[in-house]
Amino acid sequence: MKVAKTIKLFIGGEFPRTESGRSAPIYIHKTKTVYANICLASRKDLRNAVTAAQGAQPGWQSKSAYNRSQILYRMAEMTEAKREEFVEILTLTLGLSKVKAEKSVSDAVDSFVYYSGFADKYQQLMGAVNPVNGPHHNFTSTEAVGLVGLICSSKFELSEVVAQIAAIILSGNSVVTLLGAEGSAILAPLAEVFATSDLPKGVVNLLTGSTEELYKQFGTHMEIQSLSCQLKDKNKIAELRNMAALNMKRIVAPVKEPLSLEHLISFVEYKTVWHPIGQ
Amino acid sequence: MQTTQQNKSAQDKSLTDKGPSDTFDYAPSIEATDIVKISPRNKLFINGKWIEPSSGKYFATVNPATEENLAEIAEANAKDVDKAVQAARKAYTGVWSKLSGKERGKYLFRIARIIQERARELAVLETLDNGKPIRESRDIDIPLVAAHFFYYAGWADKLQYATLGKKPKPLGVVGQIIPWNFPLLMAAWKIAPALACGNTVVLKPAETTSLSCLLLAEILQEAGLPDGVVNIVTGAGETGSALVAHSDVNKIAFTGSTDVGRIILKAVADTDKKLTLELGGKSAHIIYEDAAIDQAVEGVINGIFFNQGHVCCAGSRLLLEESIAENFVDKLKNRMEKLRVGNPLDKNTDVGAINSKTELQKIRRLVESGKSEGGEYFEPLSLALPNKGYYQKPCFFNKVSSAFSLSRVEVFGPVLAISTFRTVSEAIMKANDTPYGLAAGVWSEKGSKIHKTAQGLKAGVIWANTYNKFDPTSPFGGYNESGWGREGGRHGLLPYLEV
Repeated sequence: MKVAKTIKLFIGGEFPRTESGRSAPIYIHKTKTVYANICLASRKDLRNAVTAAQGAQPGWQSKSAYNRSQILYRMAEMTEAKREEFVEILTLTLGLSKVKAEKSVSDAVDSFVYYSGFADKYQQLMGAVNPVNGPHHNFTSTEAVGLVGLICSSKFELSEVVAQIAAIILSGNSVVTLLGAEGSAILAPLAEVFATSDLPKGVVNLLTGSTEELYKQFGTHMEIQSLSCQLKDKNKIAELRNMAALNMKRIVAPVKEPLSLEHLISFVEYKTVWHPIGQ
Repeated sequence: MQTTQQNKSAQDKSLTDKGPSDTFDYAPSIEATDIVKISPRNKLFINGKWIEPSSGKYFATVNPATEENLAEIAEANAKDVDKAVQAARKAYTGVWSKLSGKERGKYLFRIARIIQERARELAVLETLDNGKPIRESRDIDIPLVAAHFFYYAGWADKLQYATLGKKPKPLGVVGQIIPWNFPLLMAAWKIAPALACGNTVVLKPAETTSLSCLLLAEILQEAGLPDGVVNIVTGAGETGSALVAHSDVNKIAFTGSTDVGRIILKAVADTDKKLTLELGGKSAHIIYEDAAIDQAVEGVINGIFFNQGHVCCAGSRLLLEESIAENFVDKLKNRMEKLRVGNPLDKNTDVGAINSKTELQKIRRLVESGKSEGGEYFEPLSLALPNKGYYQKPCFFNKVSSAFSLSRVEVFGPVLAISTFRTVSEAIMKANDTPYGLAAGVWSEKGSKIHKTAQGLKAGVIWANTYNKFDPTSPFGGYNESGWGREGGRHGLLPYLEV
């Protein structure tokens, strides 16, 4: 007898069930056969994920860019190693053809590779030594925004989700991700990729659940500094912008085209330091 | 001359108490105002013409140093704002967006030159309307205004380099709302990059400081800037709301309080308008025991009393390493006794007038609440304020805890809150203990400690062994509740471009 999977949440490097005890079935595409049960994360789960992400962020940011780059590359390797599992989920739960599923996984691997290569380069593109009028050394450097919330589109595309997460974390941010309902089953192998890539626990947190139920919690949470929203629903985006006024969180919506400099700099701040030149 | 006499009697007293004073009193050196002609009634500047407000309403602008009316300013309503936006749209599609970057740049260079030529006039007008010391408007504000136009002029035909090879496009019509603390400088920060990137502008100055922006409009006319490229609508909050709400505005750029920033964010939430916000701050100023103490004292004075403390990035929370705190506070007291507060037109004045009665009342209320919360209050004893005009004594509260309102609320005046720390990590933690993140200062003679601290501080601008320095090439803007986006430098172009 085949052992059916139970897909749990990924919070602080652990795989807890939702504290709410709620679950929902994911079916094999266009059938009534249950593929697996996923957790329906609650507001409390979201708060736990935020706590974990907040705790992990400073340490992650303080790692060298070279180190972050290597960890992102490791994610590409681990995704490649789990190719079969990813393909199985994409074909079974989303009904993708084998070819399309393979391409989707390849694109996800490429997204990790792309951003791995950017982790120690965007600083030189976006930083500056500024020629101020006076005897001062003045330079601008990039820094993580902090804790980023990511609300994924209901239409699931693995490589897009991976590109989003990679673009957010490569500069030292931590992320709390709410996967769209369609792609919930992907949490299992994706979380394992993050759990086995030397990524500090809590930098990436993955939740499955109802967007309808949780998006407002993302919008109003005071410890989330930036919110990337892949939803197309204009009313929801307007609502999130309204809520953002609580702590002036940066709302990234619509998201920039993935695999670009513009995409990753949506998640950085600029810090300018002055120092006198003298004796 | 009331002030001088009072100062003199205070000094005579110190002469009898402690022997001869170690400094001479300064004779007044008053800047002449005849270089400025203020028109008694000032209309709106729309489509290159001076236009009556449709309501026919005007409001008074006051010289805060004397409480005398300077002039009447037109109050723009939604109808006028609509006219201005239409003019800006017409200028955008008809002229400005078709002009080459090189030609746009030449207009900006020309504007910069005229600002330099009329610098004294602008400085005097700014001081009359704002209350800031002539020394600051003459040596800091106006030179920086010209520098900003010069800097962004040169970018206009090089924008593809600013966006690293991508072909950027302008956004369209930009609505800009600016505060009263650096009226013309904030206009330059807003207008220069917007025009360099090919946008057209509707600018709303703060209601208490419209005059220098209106003189800038004259300069734009003199420079031959095409009609409608910059429009200036004067008025208060309602005028600003009309501009934010206008459906044909592509972007709003705002500098002001975080509370108003929140209102603007909500007002544009269900639109596609882009938004940059330069908001408030409660910036920390950290002094380590290995700092050059006397220089640090000057830095702290400049950090909080520059421009009467009406500075969003003012170093309003002083964090002293415990081992030097007592000595440092004594030195600060001595230095504050020597501050010259009074007539902003006097070239010797360090601290001028508070911009408006409303602001003065707000500052006094916060000082009173500070006194009731505890903390050791100090204000210079030798200091007497003029008996007319809006003035506030520079002051500080020592031994405040982070729970005091003075540690959390932006006073926007010459009021400093002092507390202590023991370690580098405690200094960083205390500095970051605020929802804001605009600026911070750090003083130490040890390079590695400076870098460690600068790295740990959550703020957009860090002044190390200096404070309150500004330059058009240097990006400015904050983390968290201090706003969105940067102004100045290459980074300051990005909010005005579609990449």
